[in-house]
Formats: sequence, structure tokens, C-alpha cells
Amino acid sequence: MSSPETRTEAEEPIVRLRGVSKEFPGVLAVDGVDLDILPGEVHVVAGENGAGKSTLMKLLSQVERPSGGEIELSGEKMGFHGPRYAQASGIAMVYQEFALAPHLSVAENLFMGREPGRFGFVSRGAEKEEARELLGRVGLHTNPDRLAGSLSVAEQQRLEIAKALAIEARIVIMDEPTATLAEREIEDLFGVIRDLTADGIAILYISHRLDEIFRIADRVTVMRDGRVVDTLPASELDEDGLVRLMVGREVGNLYPKPETEIGDVLLRASGVSRGSVLKDCSFEVRSEEILGFAGLVGAGRTELARAVFGADPVDSGTVELEGETLRVRNPQDAIESGIGYLTEDRKDEGLALQLGVDQNITLANLPGRFGFINLGTERRTAQRRRDELNIRTPSIRRSVQVLSGGNQQKVVVAKWLETEAKVLFFDEPARGIDVGAKAEMFGLIGDLAGEGRGIVLISSYLPELLNMCDRILVMREGEVAGVIPREEFSEERVISLATGTKEAA
Amino acid sequence: MSSTTTTEERGGSALRERLSGVVSQLAAAGALIVVFVFLSFASPVFLSADNLFNIGVQTSYTAVIAIGMTLVIITAGIDLSVGSVAALSGVVGVVLMVQVGIPVVPAIIGGVLVGALCGLVNGLLVSVAGLNPFIATLGMLSVARGLVYIPTNAKAVFGAPDSFRLLGQGVIGAIPIPIIVVAVVAIVGYVVLSRTKLGRYAYAMGSNREAARLSGIPIKRYLTSVYVISGALAGFGGMIASSQVASGQPNFGMGLELDAIAAAVIGGASLFGGQGTVVGTLIGAFLIALIRNGSVLLDVNIYYQQVIIGVVIWVAVLWDQYRRRRLAASD
Repeated sequence: MSSPETRTEAEEPIVRLRGVSKEFPGVLAVDGVDLDILPGEVHVVAGENGAGKSTLMKLLSQVERPSGGEIELSGEKMGFHGPRYAQASGIAMVYQEFALAPHLSVAENLFMGREPGRFGFVSRGAEKEEARELLGRVGLHTNPDRLAGSLSVAEQQRLEIAKALAIEARIVIMDEPTATLAEREIEDLFGVIRDLTADGIAILYISHRLDEIFRIADRVTVMRDGRVVDTLPASELDEDGLVRLMVGREVGNLYPKPETEIGDVLLRASGVSRGSVLKDCSFEVRSEEILGFAGLVGAGRTELARAVFGADPVDSGTVELEGETLRVRNPQDAIESGIGYLTEDRKDEGLALQLGVDQNITLANLPGRFGFINLGTERRTAQRRRDELNIRTPSIRRSVQVLSGGNQQKVVVAKWLETEAKVLFFDEPARGIDVGAKAEMFGLIGDLAGEGRGIVLISSYLPELLNMCDRILVMREGEVAGVIPREEFSEERVISLATGTKEAA
Repeated sequence: MSSTTTTEERGGSALRERLSGVVSQLAAAGALIVVFVFLSFASPVFLSADNLFNIGVQTSYTAVIAIGMTLVIITAGIDLSVGSVAALSGVVGVVLMVQVGIPVVPAIIGGVLVGALCGLVNGLLVSVAGLNPFIATLGMLSVARGLVYIPTNAKAVFGAPDSFRLLGQGVIGAIPIPIIVVAVVAIVGYVVLSRTKLGRYAYAMGSNREAARLSGIPIKRYLTSVYVISGALAGFGGMIASSQVASGQPNFGMGLELDAIAAAVIGGASLFGGQGTVVGTLIGAFLIALIRNGSVLLDVNIYYQQVIIGVVIWVAVLWDQYRRRRLAASD
């Protein structure tokens, strides 16, 4: 990462956007955007969902055709010829969901579509040789013959970046590249990014995560409602200022933690074990308490929640609710006892996307009897929850896929409130939702605790836990490494427990 | 947002709204109307009560089976065995009447139960053993056909009592009984899909199996039930067909599964699950029937029917995809 000061104003941008727009039927998704991307910079594009970031990236990578404006590459106007042309021009995209063929080898993936060799034959020797060199540049030291599907998520991402290098990209676009990475892996990724920028490659980086933006960005372009609000050097911004630019107004306290009267133990899990994933884990949650689960990705936080909820089978362990031992063999049992689990991934595990808002809200507890649904009760229930949780939807009938991430999350919350759960596990509830919606979500979590429920909050983003929780349970390699009371909260304390390193005294 | 109850959210109009949604959004509905109007002008015979009833009678068993198929497809499954199961049920039913001497109605129920039993095996293979629905029911397609050939040696079973003909050939007033049967099955199917837990869970499982499981839905039980229903309706369809020819035909229903799938898919059901309606499937079934009938009336070379129906499948699904993509893009 070269510092902004070393660059002169006269530096020629690799790509220059002039008044670029994209209109979808009825929506101006990108509206007259001007943007310069300089060689060797990490240029973060920040903004809420729907601000137009992703569409802008699609215009640049020529997945979508602009409705207006011009894109210049090294001072020359670029025509529109589709993604292959953009790649050939040196603009590569690393998608959030990787575009790898899992059954092909690392080397085969690397050169897909441009295999070395001739007459339709592939020269395997040349392929491997070149693959080693490219993989080295992204710090992926693995056998090019390995199947891509056997790589870890972080390794697959490296492979995607290596693919960008293989086409000699001058700009690499990364869409939320850290969304699925553990802290350690994020650090490594940033190292790779710095190496690339040192070679003059520009990184266009889309992110939601404020902490990251300040760690990696040279310049930040903030988008809102399809327009560029401002482009600033990262050094001239702070977290509050950035949020203000993204949201367009003052956002109050992001983490409105209410004062609560912590009561009796609601849920007690003891000795929960599952293979090598969970080892003798115990914890308890009290009424009106928010207990945080911290730990690195893969430490077993989600797995512990799923085990208590009956989503995965366990080898041993007991769960007590209000002093009574439960027999939880599957989610059904847990739900009937009063435990709810809001999954980490709304779209894959939380929502039936094609179904309506109303149908999702009542999914876990359909009103009616003898197998029939009481549609009137269902409608009233859905309307009541919509008003109560302020779910913004054109109609309760609309399929949930048209809602924003924050509103989808509220639908999931509504579903669990309908089950009258006494203990709720929230697994990464703020992931993929807007800053404004986040504040609302945490406010809601606080309210739910205040009404006497016990809350378990799983998060990879420490400020969320440090602000919202009464206690934080830290997991490491499938074990409970420790529980920290609120008075003793500190980032260092959590990290040292999570990583197993000695605390700096 | 303050709660103003819009008309669309009020209960009474919900049914009409959802119905009109199906009709207005489905390419097949438009096509059905166009074909109908065209044939009314092109052929003097088409619009006669006789001909229309005839179409209804001929497509009755396909429609009944397609409704079961729709339920399976909504769960993101498929039932390839319906043709074979229909043949097995039809033959078993007739054998019960002719050789065992059981009265007609219990014999029909026996045939339906045989279908349900085949469906139960399909359902358990899918939900408990974890076989892919395509494979599970492909196996049943072969097994059921073999089971009907073994005792009959692939020869038809004749001698059903006259009263058995009522199911497939009788009339109440002027209306053929098989048409009434389709109407009843369709209404029950509509109610099951829109008003019962089974129907709702079918959509939920098809839309997102894991979300459904984590919402506490007993997946195995409901998924199995869906295949049982499809099997039972295949059995019932087989009994209707047997009644129409007053015999048990071991060769009946080869390729029938494809007609049933075509009807559901033309009617807006998605093979990826989560989508499909009884009304849509009926429209699909009748569109296919109209094309066949029209070809005969207009003396079109019979092989063109096949081509036209294939093209209709493409166009209907392409239109659906196009509409869905536009819906997604506008958000």
C-alpha cells in the first residue's frame, strides 16, 4: 500500500469513469458517476445496500452495459464488448461467491478459457509451471494438481486472485472479500493486497465493514442512491464521518444497549460435545441477559448454537431450560421448548425466499388446527409483526426476496417471536445489512432481552459484542476458552482468549 | 409504516387476487385463450358440447396425475413413476373386481391404495434413505411396470363389471363423471396447497429445505406424504383410465409422466421447487389437450402435435423465467 502522499496529482488513472449511469426499468441504479482509479491504490467503494456499488462494478467489468457516460482505459474510450473484453483489457473481478469449478484442478481453474498449448491440446507442463509462479505471488503454496474444491475458502479466494494475475489484470475488483474469512486470513489477504499494489495493480474494494475500510483503504468513494457522495483519502475520514456520508444523516448510537435487570438462569448447556468440533462446552444464559459468543471463524460458535438448538446431532451434553432437562433431538424439539436460532445465513438457512412475508413469519408456528391453516389469523399475525418490527414491505404478501437485507432479517426475527421463544440465538445478525438497519436490529435485540428473554449473540465483529453483551464467552478450537464479564471487557482480552496467546500484561 | 389494510390484504379477495395473479401472469393462460378462440373459428366442430366434453374426458386422468405431480415438483422433487404406477393400480383394481370378486368401489380404492403404497416407497427412499427423487422414482418406474407384467404376462385383464365404466364413461346430468372427478380433485388440491400445513410446508421445503428444517418442520414426514399423495393420484388416474377402456392394461401410461410434468411446468411450476399451482397445472393440461384436439380437427399431421407441444413447453418456461428475472431486476 503506497501512501497517498507519494502520489502526484498528475498521475494518470488506469480507468476513468465520466458520468456513468445505469438505468434498470424504473430505477436509476447508477447515476452520473465520476471515478478515477489510480495505479497501485486501494480504492474502497463504500455505501449501503442498494447504493449502486455492485452495479457500478458490473459496469466496469462489463457484465452490464452502461446506459450513459464514458469509461476510459489509460486515456482511451472503452467500447462495450462484455466481460471477456473487460478481462482482456486488464479489469478482473473477484466475486464474493467464487466462480471456480470444484472438480477441476487448481491449475485448470487458473487457466480456464485460456489454456496454454495449441491445436486444442493443453500443455500440462507449461500449465503447471506457470501456475506455481502465479500461486506464489498470492501466497498460495499448494500443489497445482489439487482439486479446487478441496481448498479452504481463503485458499479459493487466493486462487481467484491468482486468476486475475493470470490475465495480467491492472485493476482487481473485490466484492466484500473478507465476508467469509477468519481474522488471521483477513490479515494475510491484506498482505497479498499490499504486494499487488506495490506492483502497480489497483484494487477496487467493496466493503461494508468500517474497521476494514480504515485498515486497507488509500482512498474511499462513498456512494448513496446511485451517486457518488464524495471521494476522499482514507486519512481524512473517521468512522462517524464515513457512516454519516453513507447514510446521509446522523445515525444515533449504533449499539443501543438497554439497562436490564438480569434475572435467573433460563438456559443451561452442560458438557456439549460433538466429534472434534465441540469439546465439553458449557454455558448458561439468564433472563434479560445478552451473552456473546466470540472466537475465530471455525472455533465452534455456530456449531455450539446449532448443537443446543438440535440442528446437528451431538455426542453428549445436556440442555436445561428453566431448570428442566430437555430432550432435544431436532429443531422441532428445541422450538417447542422455547429455543430459537436465527441462522448466520438468511438466504441459505433462514428464509423460504419464494414465499411471502406473511408465510415466512408464520413458518415455525402456523396458526390453525387439524392440518388446516387459519389464514385470517395468519394475516393478522403478519400485519401485527410488520407494524411492531417496522418491516418495510409493499405488502405482507410479497415474496421476501424483494426485501432489503435488514427487512429480511426482521422477518426472521418475527418468525422466532411467533414461536414465543424464551432464548434466542442470533448468529451474525448484522451481516449484510445496512448501517441504519444494524442500529435498528441491535435496538431490537436489546428490547427482546429487556422483555425477559435470554439472548445469545454470535458475532465476528468485536465492537458489536463489546457494546451489546453482558458477558462474552470466547471459544477456541471447539472449547470454551473463557467467559468475560462486562466490567472486564477489552478487545485484547477477547483476542488473547480466542487465539490462545498470552495477554500482554 | 402505519397499518392501513389495503384491499389486497383483506381475506375475501385473497383467493381472487391469487387466482387472477396466476391467470394474468402465466403465459399458458394467454396461450390457452388464444388457442381456444382460434379453434372456435377454425373448426365448426370445436365449440360443440360433445367435443369439449370429449377433451375433458380424454385429459381427465392426465390432469388428476398432474395435480399430484405438481405437489411433488413444488417440493423440488419429481415423480417419474406415475405412468407405471397408474398401470399397476389400474390392473390391480380390475383384477380385484374380476378375479377376487370385490365390489367396484372397494376395488377402486384398492387400486388407489396400491398407488399410495408405491408412493410411500418413493417417499421413504427420498426422505429417509436420501435418494435423489429422480433416481428413486426412476427405479419405481421400472419396478411398478415389472410388477404389473409378471402376473399378467403383459396381457390385458378384461371382464370388469359394467358399473365400473361409470367412473370413466358415465355422466351426471349432461356432465361426464371424469370431468367432475377432475374438478373435485382440483378443488381438494387447491385447498391442500393454499390452506393446509402440508401445502405450505411443500412450498417451504421446495423453496429452502434447510430453512424449513430449522423452522421445526418435520421434513421426513411431510416429504413422504407428498409422494404418497402423488402415488395415490397416479393410482386413481390409472383407475379412471381402466374404466374408460373397461379393462386393466399393463401397457398403459408409458410416457404419461412426461405429460404430467409438461402440464405442471407449462402451468408455472418450477423444477427447482417452491413454485406451482393447481390452476396453472390444469391450464397446462388443457392446453396440451386442446393442441391435440385441434390438430385432429384441423387434420394436421399427427406428428406435428409433438413438435408444437415441445415448443409450447419451451415458450412457457422461457416466458416465466423472463418475467421472474424482470421482477428480480426491478428490485
